[in-house]
Amino acid sequence: MTLTLPSYPQPDERGRFGRFGGRYVPETLIPALDSLEAAYREAKTDPTFLGELERLLRDFVGRPSGLYLAERLTEHAGGAKIYLKREDQNYTGAHKINNCLAQALLARRMGKRRVIAETGAGQHGVASATAAALLGLDCVVYMGVEDMRRQELNVFRMRLLGAEVIPVTSGTSTLKDATNEAIRDWVTNVRDTFYILGSVVGPHPYPAMVRDFQSVIGEETKWQLKELEGREVPDVIVACVGGGSNAIGIFAPYAYLPEAQRPRLIGTEAAGEGVETGRHAASVAGGRIGVLHGAMMYLLHDHEGQITPPHSISAGLDYPGIGPEHCLYSETGVAEYVPVTDAQAMEGLQLLTRLEGIIPALESAHAIYHAVQLAPTLSPDQIIVVNLSGRGDKDVAEVMRLLAKAEDAPGNVTGPEVLA
Amino acid sequence: MTAPQIAAVPSRGVARIRAAFENARAEGRAAFIPFMTAGYPSAAAFPALADDLLARADVLEVGLPYSDPLGDGPTIQRASEQALADGTSTRGTIELIRELRTRHDTPIVIMTYVNPIYAVGPREFMRLAQEAGVDGLILPDLPPDQDLEIAGLAAEHGLAVTFLIAPTSTPERIKLVAEACTGFVYAVSVTGVTGAREGTALGEVPAMLALARQHTDVPIAVGFGVKDAQTAHEVAMLADGVVVGSAFINAVRDGQDVSALVGRLADGCMR
Repeated sequence: MTLTLPSYPQPDERGRFGRFGGRYVPETLIPALDSLEAAYREAKTDPTFLGELERLLRDFVGRPSGLYLAERLTEHAGGAKIYLKREDQNYTGAHKINNCLAQALLARRMGKRRVIAETGAGQHGVASATAAALLGLDCVVYMGVEDMRRQELNVFRMRLLGAEVIPVTSGTSTLKDATNEAIRDWVTNVRDTFYILGSVVGPHPYPAMVRDFQSVIGEETKWQLKELEGREVPDVIVACVGGGSNAIGIFAPYAYLPEAQRPRLIGTEAAGEGVETGRHAASVAGGRIGVLHGAMMYLLHDHEGQITPPHSISAGLDYPGIGPEHCLYSETGVAEYVPVTDAQAMEGLQLLTRLEGIIPALESAHAIYHAVQLAPTLSPDQIIVVNLSGRGDKDVAEVMRLLAKAEDAPGNVTGPEVLA
Repeated sequence: MTAPQIAAVPSRGVARIRAAFENARAEGRAAFIPFMTAGYPSAAAFPALADDLLARADVLEVGLPYSDPLGDGPTIQRASEQALADGTSTRGTIELIRELRTRHDTPIVIMTYVNPIYAVGPREFMRLAQEAGVDGLILPDLPPDQDLEIAGLAAEHGLAVTFLIAPTSTPERIKLVAEACTGFVYAVSVTGVTGAREGTALGEVPAMLALARQHTDVPIAVGFGVKDAQTAHEVAMLADGVVVGSAFINAVRDGQDVSALVGRLADGCMR
C-alpha cells in the first residue's frame, strides 16, 4: 500500500478557507456532516480503505493517467512546452471517477446503502452510477432537464448502469437546481443516504474531502514531470473551473508550496457570451461573495441575493459559484482566474482535435484555449501543464449542433474554418 | 464550538413574541403561527391573504421568496418562484410587512435564507426590518454557530432570532441551538423539507422538545407537515406553538376558502 491522502493547512477546524466555506445548511444535516467528517478523518489514514482505493484507481480507473507532451499543439502555439494531464483517459471519461469511487467506498464503510448525486454534464452522474454499480449501492442522480437534453447519452448511460435519473424542472433546470434537489433529498433521507457531492463546493467537509480525493492528479503530475523533465514543478498549470474540482486536484499539491517555488496557477472560468454581457458563469470575474449550497463563496447573484442564472456552452461549468478554496486562492493571489468565452472554448476544442487527435470535453477546452494564448509569451524551456479534465464524447452532438449553427452565420469565430 | 453570545439589550421583538405565546397559553391554546410566502400568489393579492391569516394568527411568519430554498419542499419552492416572477424582492418583502403593520399589531417574523441578508448587508437588512416593524427572523440555513454577527445585529435592532432543531440533532446541538434562540425555538417535526404530508408521525418530537426545554425557557414551536386541524391539535398538545405553511399555499393554489382553513387550524391549536 503506497497511496496516501494529503494533509493541507486549509480549511480551519470550522471548515473555513479564510472567510469562505463553512456550513450554511438546515440543522437536520449538521449531525450528518459531523459524522461524515469523522468517518473521513478515520478512513484517510486507514490502510484498508487506502489500499482498496488505490487498487480501484489503478485497476478500475486506469491510473496513473498520462502526462503527455502535446508537440503539435506546442508547435502551433509557439513558446512554452504544453503538456496535457490526461484525465480524459480515466474510465468513464473524466476526473470525476477519482472522487466518486472514494466517496462510494466511504459510503459503504459508513453502512449507507443508498447514494445520491447531482450532475450537470453528466460526468459526475455517470461516475457515481458506475461506482454504485461496482459496490452494489442504490443510486439516484438529480439532473436538470436542460442538461438532460444537452447530455442525452450520459442520461442513458446512467440508467443502463442501474441508476435512477430524476429530472429537475425548478429554477433554471441546470446543475444549480439539481444540487438543490440532491440536498433536499439528503435532508429527507439523511439517515440511510450518502450524498456523493461532485465538486469542491457544498458544506464542510465536502470541499476539503473532494480536494483530497482529486489531488491524486497533481501528485501524479509531480513525479511524471520529474521523470520527463527532471523537475516536479512546471512554470504554469491551467485548468478549467466551474465548481473547480479538477482544478483543485491539480492545483492543491502545488498551492501550498512557498511562493518562490510555486507555479503560476490559472483557472479558466466560463465567460459564456462574455462577462460584460451578463450571460456567463464566471463567478470570480463577475460575481460577489454570497452563500449557496452550504458554503460562502464568489457567487452570481443580484443585489438582493437572488441567484442569477449562469450560462456556459459546457454543462459542467454552468454553475453560479466556485469552490471556497478557489475563492481563497483568488483573494490571496495563489491562483489567477481568467474568463474564457464559449467561442474561445470551441476554438480550443477544434485546435486540440485537429492537431493532436484528442477531442476534449467542452469544459477542458476552456483551459486549452488559454494555454495556447499563454504559451507564446513564455520561452521554449518553460512548461505549461493543462489539466485535460475529460474527453469530449459527451459533447459531440452538442458541438455538431453548434458548428452547424455557426456555418449558417458566416464570420462567426466558432466556425469550422478556424485552422484554415 | 460555542453558542453565540446574544447582546443583553432589551429587544422589542423578543418581548412581543413572548407576550403572544403567553397570551395563547392563557387562553388554553398553543400559539398559531401561519406561514405565507411574501408576494404570493401575487404582490397585489398578498395583503388580503395576509389579512386572512392575521385574523387568527398569534405570530405571522412571512417567507422571503428566494431562488434556491434548499430547506423547502415543492409547494413553498414554487410559491417562491411565482412571487419572484411577479417582482417580489427582498426589500419588497419588507415593504409588504410595513404595509401590514398599518393594520395589524400581531408579531411578524421573516423566514429567510442567509444569502439575501448578506447581499443587502446584515446591518442594512436589520435596519430595514426594524423600521418596517418586523419582530424577528427565522433562519433555516443558518446553524447558530456559523455566524455570530447576524444574531448580534438582530438583537441590536430589536429583532428576535429563531434557529431550528431537528430529529437528527444531537443533545449537544439541541443545547447550542436552544440557547441561541431568542424568539422561539423552531423544532422541525420530521427529517425532511417543508410540506404537508400524509400521516406525519410525531414519534420523535416529545423527546426532542424535552431535551430543548432543559436548555431554554423560550417557547418552542413545531412545524413541517402540519396540514389539518387534527395534526395541529396533536402538535398543540406537545408544543408552545404550531407552524403551518404549505397547507395554506396549497389552499390558495387550489382556490379553496383560505379563511375557513385558517379557522379550522386555529381551532385545532386549542388544547
